[in-house]
Order: sequence, then structure tokens, then C-alpha cells
Amino acid sequence: MIPIVYNARSMMQRPVSSSFTAVGIALVVAVFIAMLALGQGFRAALARTGADHNAVVLRKGADSELSSGISRETARLLASSPHVATGADGRPMVSPEVYVLIPLPRPRDTTSVANVVVRGVSEQAWIVRNNVQVIAGNTLQSGRLEVCVGRKLLGRFDHLELGATLRFGGRDWNVVCHFSAGGSSFESEIWAENEQVMPVFRGDFFQSVTFRLRDPGAFDDAKRAIESDPQTVVDVHRESAFYAAQTGIAGAMLSALAIAVTSIMAVGAIFGAVNTMYAAVGSRTPEIAVLLTLGFRPWQVLLSFLAEAVLIATAGSILGALLALPVNGIVTSTTNWSSFSEIAFSFRITPVLLAIGIAFGLVMGVIGGFFPAWRAARLQVVQALR
Amino acid sequence: MRFFPLVLANLGRHKIRTTLTILSVIAALFLFASLRSVLTTLRTNAQFGGARRLVTLNATGLVFTMPVSYVNKIKSLRGVHSVSWSNWFGGRYGDGKVFFGQFAIDPESYLAMYPEVVMPPEQKEAFIRERTAAIIGQRLAERYGWKIGQDVTLQGTIFPGDWTFTIRGIYTPTNPAIGDDAMFFHWEYLDERVGRWGQAGWFIVEMDSAGAAGTVAKAIDDQFRNSSTATKTGTEQAFQASFAGMLGNLSLLLGFIGTAVVFAILLVTANAMMMSANERTGEVAVLKTIGYSDRTLFGLVLAEAGLIAIVGAVLGLGTAKAFYPLVKFNGFGFLPGFNVTTATMAWGALIAVVLMIASGLVPALRAARMPIIQALRKVE
Amino acid sequence: MALVEIRDVNKSFQRDTQKVDVFDDLTLDFEQGSFTAIMGPSGSGKSTLLNLIAGLDKPTSGTITVGGAVVSAMSPSELAAWRARHIGFVFQSFNLLPVLTAFQNIELPLLLTRLSSKERDERVRIALDVVSLTDRMDHYPRQLSGGQEQRVSIARAIVADPTLILLDEPTGQLDAKSSQEVLALLGRLNTEFGKTVLIVTHDAHAAAKAKATLHLDKGVLEKV
Repeated sequence: MIPIVYNARSMMQRPVSSSFTAVGIALVVAVFIAMLALGQGFRAALARTGADHNAVVLRKGADSELSSGISRETARLLASSPHVATGADGRPMVSPEVYVLIPLPRPRDTTSVANVVVRGVSEQAWIVRNNVQVIAGNTLQSGRLEVCVGRKLLGRFDHLELGATLRFGGRDWNVVCHFSAGGSSFESEIWAENEQVMPVFRGDFFQSVTFRLRDPGAFDDAKRAIESDPQTVVDVHRESAFYAAQTGIAGAMLSALAIAVTSIMAVGAIFGAVNTMYAAVGSRTPEIAVLLTLGFRPWQVLLSFLAEAVLIATAGSILGALLALPVNGIVTSTTNWSSFSEIAFSFRITPVLLAIGIAFGLVMGVIGGFFPAWRAARLQVVQALR
Repeated sequence: MRFFPLVLANLGRHKIRTTLTILSVIAALFLFASLRSVLTTLRTNAQFGGARRLVTLNATGLVFTMPVSYVNKIKSLRGVHSVSWSNWFGGRYGDGKVFFGQFAIDPESYLAMYPEVVMPPEQKEAFIRERTAAIIGQRLAERYGWKIGQDVTLQGTIFPGDWTFTIRGIYTPTNPAIGDDAMFFHWEYLDERVGRWGQAGWFIVEMDSAGAAGTVAKAIDDQFRNSSTATKTGTEQAFQASFAGMLGNLSLLLGFIGTAVVFAILLVTANAMMMSANERTGEVAVLKTIGYSDRTLFGLVLAEAGLIAIVGAVLGLGTAKAFYPLVKFNGFGFLPGFNVTTATMAWGALIAVVLMIASGLVPALRAARMPIIQALRKVE
Repeated sequence: MALVEIRDVNKSFQRDTQKVDVFDDLTLDFEQGSFTAIMGPSGSGKSTLLNLIAGLDKPTSGTITVGGAVVSAMSPSELAAWRARHIGFVFQSFNLLPVLTAFQNIELPLLLTRLSSKERDERVRIALDVVSLTDRMDHYPRQLSGGQEQRVSIARAIVADPTLILLDEPTGQLDAKSSQEVLALLGRLNTEFGKTVLIVTHDAHAAAKAKATLHLDKGVLEKV
């Protein structure tokens, strides 16, 4: 085999050309990873929002909490269902919740508002819903106009600090705590006591009831039993599936954007790789002739030049991955059109994503290097030495 | 341009390389034009709003309704010419995979207020006459092949049950921001079926004259300030703009991508130019010997880069301009009226020029400054 | 006054750490209409002399005057313009632009003038006729033999009707027959068209064709 050292040194001999190509590949890989991370963060925020061991109940036909309505009576019936798990305190792990959207003005641009979720909850919500924890301040007290603010809202809107007064729905609410929820969409919400939220907004009914399944494996049985009960006209969803499905349009759009942008950039980067490699082959024709004369086979020459392309692509891909890394954790927001609410999420780069990005870069290098390498291999010695 | 054949011949030296480089420039400028057009379309749509129209919402939030009885109170205020209302229906069609807006309106007052919604008068009449009728946008008709007289059934999500409407009209909007993929039906029908609910989603208020927005808005909000349902009124433009704001940091994101793209392409072109230049040291020396001045050679190299940039720009920007209308792209309904503006094309052309100068500069300078004797010695 | 006047010219080069003096107060004339061969061993400075006369290089001291113009004192841009008008240069390795046809290669010096396309066309055809390659005008260099390429180079060198034709080892890469063709052509240019020709060469046949021969050895001239 032609020693790889030959390719490595040859690459160094054209430092500007090789590095330009590598940087071109790096940029594409970086953008690719960043876009994947954007989509991943968005999906993760929604996916982490639900657990497999919980079920969400909405009114039949409603596709989001926003359009649902569940009476107190129905909530009571659900709480007494045998499919509901019992908590350590002996009470059913059931959380009836109110779901409304309030307009909060954006601090930097007072003309525009964001629709933020206010969720009316009971104490059970903190136990039933996944991973929710108060990280600062005191828990909500019953009977008070108090709110607990999700972590991701902090800094993006005014009057959310501990002790501040937030005005909405014609009332003044006290900010008593901040909470985290494992990076899920709950972190973009404001929680208050459901009995306080109800009269202010939509009347004497809840929007959803979430409960812990006694037997997570028996979800289908629970679903059938509850849905066929004529007294409760509802749909039962597994909590994880429900929120995952909400990525819907926004998720599709992000994916579409990612694919379109990256493909076009990739095309450009591949051309760069092809150009570099063709030039490399062209300027080294006599060397190739010598190699062939010495007895190396054409396929070895092909592999050799392909390896060189891959070397450049590897350098570029790793650089691209490094360029993309700082993006990790940056918080951005958009509207989840399924629930019409604003959801904040962070770019999320995982090792898998980096690996995909680097692999993508290598593929670009291979594709770009193939035809020039092919040409090198097909060189006739006689031609080359002329 | 007597030197044109020479510039052309030099580009033809490595046809593959030149073609690939031009293709890269085309790709980059196409992407640039597309990304920038997303932003310009959003901005244009955000500015849509009749000069004389205001939108009144429930002060507590967009998702809450107001009593429809407010209409008469608003109409009686000074400066108000007419009032209409609408409700977001939010139903699902089929498997719900494709999304289009459905609105319950008061047909006569609403259509009178929106001359931008255009359809043949007999269709308009048929729609107004029939309680269970609906009108749909041109695009919906094309997408689902719906025809006049056809029945369409939606599953209600906010208002449960199956809802069937008969299509009596197909409209085309004169302003793309309105969207040509919506469905409108009778609010009366909705109200009746949910048991005389009497709630409106939002009111559209047409003023007597355009300048009175501030005063009239305040008058409306003052009217209901102390009632159980307070209102918040603003111009239709502000209302539209708030939707654009919901797309978040999109502009920042697109900006970054755009920059990365342009940069990447610059590298490809510069790379190709430099490779070309390196191979031609000897020839440059010969030309200098013949008497070609440094300045002439500088210009020749720059012209080469320029030609690549121009061809790439024309094809890249031109393709973007022609492609999207051809496939009637509207961003899944979020970017109605998607269009590559003249400003975008101008920016694209500017980028091409900068590209030309930047990528041709180094090789051009090298050619100009190259000492003849050394170069000749390399050749001999 | 001679066409080319070289007075007390010295030229030093820096070769690595060594300083090399090629000439030693060289003083020399070339008359209008002369055909001179300059011979000598490698390193004797033959090519350097040609480069100095053409204004491609500057002497370390001394002056060179061509047709009244003090070439050794002109700026690079003045020299470029001057060369375009007064000098026709032919190299050993043909230096035709491979992407241009014979016709286009010959036309190159004329692109620097204000002649119209038609006028340029005419002159190129005349030059092609002189070197007897009219039937090859649309051929690319790779389609021409060595001798033909060199004749195209000569056509390019004369197309702008220069004062002086300088050739650096023009037959160095040619076979005997091609060399003969080229030398015969040079002879005609000198006798029929009155062109002043200076040719640097190793080739005895070339020297024989010339009317006078100079020997340069270690920068010192020995006339034969």
C-alpha cells in the first residue's frame, strides 16, 4: 500500500488549498450540527415533558390542552378509577389542571407579546408530573394569589424575580418560587393554584387531568376502560406520546429548514473538495507515473488519493464539530403552534449528533475526492511522463 | 472588451474546475436569496393591516373570548364606521397532518370590511344566504380538489363533534398576507350548535378615517375597562406583527447561517482562483515580457474572478426568483406571498461583487507584483 | 548612433551567500539592421545581457540605451509600455499560452494597442504569412510541432513591428530540420525586412547564420 505519509506530506505542501477546503467542510459540518442541535433541543424539551408512566386525559376530540375542557365531576370520577396509582400519602396520584395562555410583553420590544402558559395545579402536580422541583423560594400556598415561575422564563420577561408582583387576568400575583423540570417544556410555564386560576379565566372546569398509571404496562387497558365509560367523554393519552406529538409543525419546519440549508451548503463544500483534489492530482501527475512504474497498482493509487481527501475532510469535520460546540446550551424560543404557547428550549448537542456531523463531513470528503482519485488511478504512465 | 477572449480562454483552461466553482457560487446565492426572503416575507406580512382597521382582543389574552353583544356598543362609539367579528375554529381535517385555518365569521360585515378577499359576486351571495355554507381559499381548492357545492367535514377540537359545511365560494386574496388557504363559515351556525354561546374571538373595527387609531382604540378599551371582560385594542398591523414575533429568534439564526454560507463559498472560489493563478506563473511572466503592465494583469485576473461571480450570481439569484413562484411555495402556510424581492437580489449582487474582489485580489496582486526574471527562470 | 548602446555595465547577483559579478564594465554597441549571435559557456551572462537590453532587469551600474531611450533608467510601468512597442522576445521553451490558438497567441501584443479588431486581424495574418503558418492559425499549441510553435513565437515577436528582436536559445529544443526552418526565417527577417536581431545561442549553425558573433566568457567580451 502506498504509505499514508506520502499523502500527509503532499497535503502539507499545498497548505493554503488544503486548509481552505478543510474550512469549507468545517463550516458545513458546523451549521449541520447546529441545526440538528436546534431540532434536537426542541424535540427534547417536549419529549422530556412527558413520562411513560403517566397518562393525560383530555376532552374527547381535543388535540391540545388549550382546546379541552373537563368538568369537576369528570375529574372526581377519574380520581376514583382503579387504574390510578396511589401515592405514599394514600391519596390517588391525580392532577387536575387548568391551562391558559397569557400575554406577557417582551422586555426589549414592548409592542410584541409572547403567549405564555399559566398552569393551574394542585399539590399533586408536583408529585405526578415528571421531574418537577422547586429550586428557589417557597412552595405555593393554597388560597393565595401566588405563582411559581419555570426556570426558562427567567430573564426573558419582566417581573419574574422572587418577590416580584406579576399582573395578569386583572389580578396581582406574587412570585414566590422558581422551579425546574428536567429541561422540559414545563420550564417555560408559570404555575399557580388551580382553584385561583379557574375563576379568573375560563370558568369552573379544568383543561386536563394527568395521573400516574398504577401499572404503566397496562396503559391500553386503562385507556379502553376510561374511554368507554359513558360518564366521562374523554381521550386518554400516554403523557410521553402526547407531548412528543406536539412537536408537530414546528418540528417539521425545523427539520425541513435543516435539510434544505445543509444540502445546499454541502453541495458547495463538495465542490470545494473536488477542486482541491483535482488540482492535487493534476500537479502530481509525474509522481503518480513514478508510483505506477515502481509497481503500485491503480487501485492503490485510487485509495491513496481518496485517503488524502478523507484526511482533509477529517480535519475539516473535527474543526466543524469544535466550531459548533459553543452553541450547546444557548436558549432560544419559538411558538409551539400545536399549543399556541411560547416554548423556550436550548440547543442540545449530544455525542451522537457530533458523530453524525463528523460522518457527514467525511462523506462529503469521500464524494468530493472520488472522481479526482479515479482519474489519478486511470492515468497512463506514458501520458504522465510526457 | 478586447481582452474578453483571453479571460474566457483562461477560464476554459480547467473547465471542470470553473464549472464547479460557478456551481458553488450559484448554490450559495440561491441559499442566501432563499433565507433572506423568509425574513422579508415575514416582515412584509407583519406590516399587513388595513389603515383603517383595528383589532379588539380580550385583555386577558388572545385565547379568551368576549361577548358578541359588545358589537353594538363599539359601533356606537365616535369614529367607528363598522364592526365585525371572528372566531378561531381550530378544527381538524382528515388525519390532521396538514394545517389550515378555519374562521367563524359574520359574513356580510366581515367581507365588507375585507375587500382583499375577492370572489365572484354570485359565490359571495350564495355564501351569505346559506347558513351551513363555507368559502375556501384558492390554494385549499387546489390542494384537496374541493369544488363548489361539495360538502366538507371537519372534526372539531375546541368545539367537539363533526362539522359539515358546503362550499359555496372560492376566494383569492389580493394581499398575500391574508393567506389563500383559509376557510370561512357562518358564526351563527357555530353559535347555534354550541347552544347560543354568544362569544366572539376578536372584533375587527373599521374606523371612519385612518388617523384616529389611537383615540378610537382608547375609547373602545375605556368602554369595557370596568366590565367583567376588559378589552385591548390595537391596529391590525400590530396584531399581525405579534404573530411574526412568535417565530422567535429566527432572524438571528438565519443571519448566522447566511454568513456561514457566504464565507464558505468565498473560500471555495478563492481556492479555485489561487490554484489557477499558481499554475500560470510562467505565462504571466511571458505576458509581462511582451509588455503587459502590472495593472493590466491585475485587471485580467480580477476579471476572471468577476466573470465567475457574475455568472454564478445571475443564475443563483435568478433561479431563486423564478423557482418559488413556480412551485407556489408558501412555507407550509406560514409564509404566504413568499417572494424574492429586488432588494434581496441587489444584496445578492453586492455579495457577488465582494466575492469577486476578495477572491481575485490575492492572485491578482501576486500576478501584478511577480518579478519577471524569477518567474522566467522557473519556466526555462 | 548605434541602435543599442551599452556603457560600463555591471551586474551583480546574490547567489545564496555568494555575491557574483556577471559583467565587468561591459561596453558594447549594436547597429541598426545587424544580426548578431552571442555565444559562450553557461553562466557567462548571455541571457542576462539580453534581459538587460529588453529592460527585464536593471544593471547594477552603467547605462543601456536602445533607440535613444535610456532603458536602464525607466520605471517598471514605463518599461512595460516601451517593451510592448519596441521589443520582440522569443524564449527557448516556447511560452505560447496553451489555451489560445496560434492566431490568438500572435494577437496578444496587439491587444495592448489601440488598433481596431480589423486592423489587428490584418497584422496577425501578415505575421502568419511571414512565418508561413497561415494554414495553422486556428491550431492550439499542442497541435503544433516544436518548430511550428517556435515560428508562432517569432510571429508574435514581430507582429507589433518592434525595433529589436531578441531570442534566447530559440533552437535549443528543436531538431535539426526545425532549427533550419527557424534560422532561415530569422535570416529573412534580417535581410528582407531589415530587422535588428540579437540571438543568444549554443548552436554553431545559428551563429553561422548570423552576420557577427560575440563570445562572452566570464562577462568579458571577445569578438570573433
